[in-house]
Amino acid sequence: MELVLALAIGVLTGSGVWLLMRPRSYQLIIGLCLLAYGVNLFIFSMGRLYVGAAPIMPKGGFVDPTAYADPLPQALVLTAIVISFATTALFLVVMIAARGTSGTDHVDGKEREQ
Amino acid sequence: MVEQNLLLLLVLTPFISAALAATLPVQSRNAETWLAGLTMALALVILAVLAPAVTGGGKVIRHVEWASTIGLDLTFRIDGFAWLFMVLVAGIGMLVLVYARYYMAPEDPVPRLYAFLLCFAGSMAGLILSGNIIMLVVFWELTSLVSFLLIGYWHHRQDARDGARMALIVTASGGLCLMLAMILLGQIVGSYDLDEVLAAGERITSHRLYPIALILFLLGAFTKSAQFPFHFWLPNAMAAPTPVSSYLHSATMVKAGVFLLLRFHPALGGTDEWFQLVTGAGLITLLIGAFVALFKHDLKGLLAYSTISHLGLITALAGIGTPLAIMAAVFHIVNHAVFKASLFMAAGIIDHETGTRDMRRLSGLARAMPVTATLAIIASGAMAGVPLLNGFLSKEMFFEATYVWNNGSPIDNAAPYVAVLAAALGAAYSLRFIVTVFFGPPARDLPHEPHEPPALMRLPVFVLVAACLCVGIAPHALLGGWLENAGIALLGDDLPEFSLKIWHGVNPALVMSVIAMILGIAIYLVPRRWIDRGEEGLGLLSLVAFGPAFEAMLQFLTQRLPRSLLRIANAPGLQAQMRVMVLIGMAAAFLSLQPLEWNISPPPIGARELVFVLLWLIGGTCAIGAAWQAKYHRFAALILTGGAGLVTCTTFVWLSAPDLAVTQLLVEIATTALLLLGLRWLPKRDEEIAADETPRARFRRLRDLLIAVTCGGGMTAIALAVLLTRPGNSVGDWFLRHSYVEGGGTNVVNVILVDFRAFDTFGEIAVLAIVGLTVYALLRRFRPAPESVSRPRPQREAEEQALEAYLFIPAILMQWLFAPIIALSAYLFFRGHDLPGGGFAAGVTFAIGLLLQYVASNVRWIEARLTILPVRWMGVGLIISASVGTGSWIFGAPFLTTHYRYLDLPLIGKVPASTAMLFDLGVFAAVVGAIVLVLIAIAHQSLRIAPRARNTEPEETL
Repeated sequence: MELVLALAIGVLTGSGVWLLMRPRSYQLIIGLCLLAYGVNLFIFSMGRLYVGAAPIMPKGGFVDPTAYADPLPQALVLTAIVISFATTALFLVVMIAARGTSGTDHVDGKEREQ
Repeated sequence: MVEQNLLLLLVLTPFISAALAATLPVQSRNAETWLAGLTMALALVILAVLAPAVTGGGKVIRHVEWASTIGLDLTFRIDGFAWLFMVLVAGIGMLVLVYARYYMAPEDPVPRLYAFLLCFAGSMAGLILSGNIIMLVVFWELTSLVSFLLIGYWHHRQDARDGARMALIVTASGGLCLMLAMILLGQIVGSYDLDEVLAAGERITSHRLYPIALILFLLGAFTKSAQFPFHFWLPNAMAAPTPVSSYLHSATMVKAGVFLLLRFHPALGGTDEWFQLVTGAGLITLLIGAFVALFKHDLKGLLAYSTISHLGLITALAGIGTPLAIMAAVFHIVNHAVFKASLFMAAGIIDHETGTRDMRRLSGLARAMPVTATLAIIASGAMAGVPLLNGFLSKEMFFEATYVWNNGSPIDNAAPYVAVLAAALGAAYSLRFIVTVFFGPPARDLPHEPHEPPALMRLPVFVLVAACLCVGIAPHALLGGWLENAGIALLGDDLPEFSLKIWHGVNPALVMSVIAMILGIAIYLVPRRWIDRGEEGLGLLSLVAFGPAFEAMLQFLTQRLPRSLLRIANAPGLQAQMRVMVLIGMAAAFLSLQPLEWNISPPPIGARELVFVLLWLIGGTCAIGAAWQAKYHRFAALILTGGAGLVTCTTFVWLSAPDLAVTQLLVEIATTALLLLGLRWLPKRDEEIAADETPRARFRRLRDLLIAVTCGGGMTAIALAVLLTRPGNSVGDWFLRHSYVEGGGTNVVNVILVDFRAFDTFGEIAVLAIVGLTVYALLRRFRPAPESVSRPRPQREAEEQALEAYLFIPAILMQWLFAPIIALSAYLFFRGHDLPGGGFAAGVTFAIGLLLQYVASNVRWIEARLTILPVRWMGVGLIISASVGTGSWIFGAPFLTTHYRYLDLPLIGKVPASTAMLFDLGVFAAVVGAIVLVLIAIAHQSLRIAPRARNTEPEETL
């Protein structure tokens, strides 16, 4: 499981980074989405990973924290998911507006000079 | 206690009134004047009530604990000196506000002016009454900021913008120096409390950091008080409306610097460095200011340089630092404020009624406006130091201070001569002002026919001039007690004998005065015509006019230097920049991980995990496919990205993170919908453009691929290393233990979000709201790409009838689903505290429900039936969250403290009830608002271009 998860993080990040360096703005936005998945999983994997031990407590009494998944990375990632949605929305709109004003979807606002 | 609270009120009321003033209608000049005037009157009443408490060395201190552990408390204190200064700020403030009512033109937006002026008065009050030296700097910078806004009030004028910018840069940089000085003082003394700093004078002056602290401190004071070589900003600040100049350059802004010098004299003064630097700068400024003022043709320019000169005088007195000099400085602060404010107002009246301030054009105004002329002549007399006026008395004291004290240094020996020469120049420019403007033949060709202003516009000038006269004739009866209180506050109980009298007999000061007067008349009369006709100054003047040099420096620092740096460091285009960024990130990761030991054995893959492997086979393929296809097949890439997202979501479920899974799934839907809407405005990429297959392009792609693979490989390695390390104790354990006991919820992730780390969440929904508003603002001005204006190809090719019904069945389903989705949203919200769900998830669900309605029917149909005001949703959400947070203050708890209990409701049973849920409600509303705002803004684009699309369609069918 650990190996698969690590490889998954690597593949997502790699695909995202590759797209980040591409010239078309749509590639960039897809790249950011993929990178966000990768990074979210990465942050998530920094805590204890259990199968079937969600951080939902019983009411009252003594609890053994090590029996549950780590809630802190989860809380961080939850925030990250929402924020990455917001940045995607903002970037999309900037991209659309740039496309309208510059007439091209190259990230520099003009086609590369050959 | 009443007095302490009054002190707080003294600082707060101007700010509250400023907020009120800003909200009044643009034309409500009278209401503004009443509001502002009453605020100042209230301040004066409070000061009158406080007067007995500060008499004879008393002081009132109001202490509010804030961040005591780092020595930062909100302390306000008033003593005799601060009290006298506050009387000036409030008294002259009131007169200026009345004057501004008549000065401002009908087209000027007065609420802005009054709001800024009140803000300025408040900042000034804060600065004077601060009992904590760091707080003092904060108010100090606040006066710089507000003065920037005031000087740039007529922001359509280039000179106003430039003057405002220059004033801000000079005074705010000085403020930063002052901040450093205060921190140093705090470190030396061990406390930021003003009283403790003032009491630790010997410890400070003998400390090895004293010279640095002193220089930084003086940089702050000198920039503010326009002392040489920082005097150049003040004349440029004359682009401000005259009431502003009258307020800033008589009683407040520039006086802050000398206030500081006098206030900190017990702590920093009394040394040789202090004397040389402060007296030296003061005397140079005194002389230069007076000299340049003589050659100015602009009325306000003359007054500006005269102000610089008089500030130099006060600074020099502060530098001399004998008890008598300090008393003289305090006295002159008062006198200068009174006569300079009245002179600025008189100059404003002349400008207002004649349309010019140029002394070469003005002449003989005494006939057209006799009352104003009389008032201005008396005030100029005070400026020149004519007997029976207040300026005379403090000038005498200044002469005495320069003459009496003697430490034998060159500066001290020169002081009496400089003082006499500057006084002579002062008499000369005052005389020039009077003679040129009010006497001589009546002026012709003035923009307006000169006449007397409205009586109420003259009233403030009258009050101030009356003060000049009264103080000049009966100084001891009027000001003796106040000055004594101020003196005790500054010097302690060993106050020197000082006598405020007009006639002290024939003494050296009187002789100096007489010499200065005669010399002054000679200086004016002899080269009179030459001055009147000549250029604004001599060749020498350009040496001290540092304005151009400052502009050149600014130009260099903000334009040329960054540009040349950019030429060196710039990467051509975003791609190269991204590449550099990624490489730097990789290098940083590599360097920081290198020292660690890596001994990781590959873990076995059990049969149970086969499903997980298969899952990520799909996920990985999707990710790589999306990367592959994003250039030409955008839709495919979008779907593939969605696939990767779903696999991520499943992973969250698998690894015990139900909250994440729910949120990820919902956000996934919203993102996909968003990108689908966006795709409409991104025309298909033309596949006929041949892909760049030159060797260079191939090399570029190969290089990027290498970087991407390395990056991914590195992330895999790090993740694996962490995953295979047995986790020790995590911070999360604390949350797990305390979530139920202290947060009253069993879903720890939700409790962290809405309770333990609620402030982060609050920031996050604020970000979301900002993004929503930005998107909305961007799309309001949006012009789509020309080729995407017409309807998309499939719609054009389809038959009209098929088009109408093409979403008929889904549309009905989506309409039916509306209610269940809202119910689901409510369900997710209410279970959030104990089970997976919560405000975020509920908000996104609700937004999706609304979005579906937009997809199902056309926009007009839906908006006729459903009113959605996303901006209000966001606003209400933020307000709810913030007020839940601040509500805990009422119970004396810190921001965002929650209270919880279980409520027994009939039928439903026991439900958890917590203020955190209310906070979550705010989160919910803000999320709904932001997402809906973004989606609707994009969806509305097709409505906005519809008419144009119809126009273009026929052409295409041809």
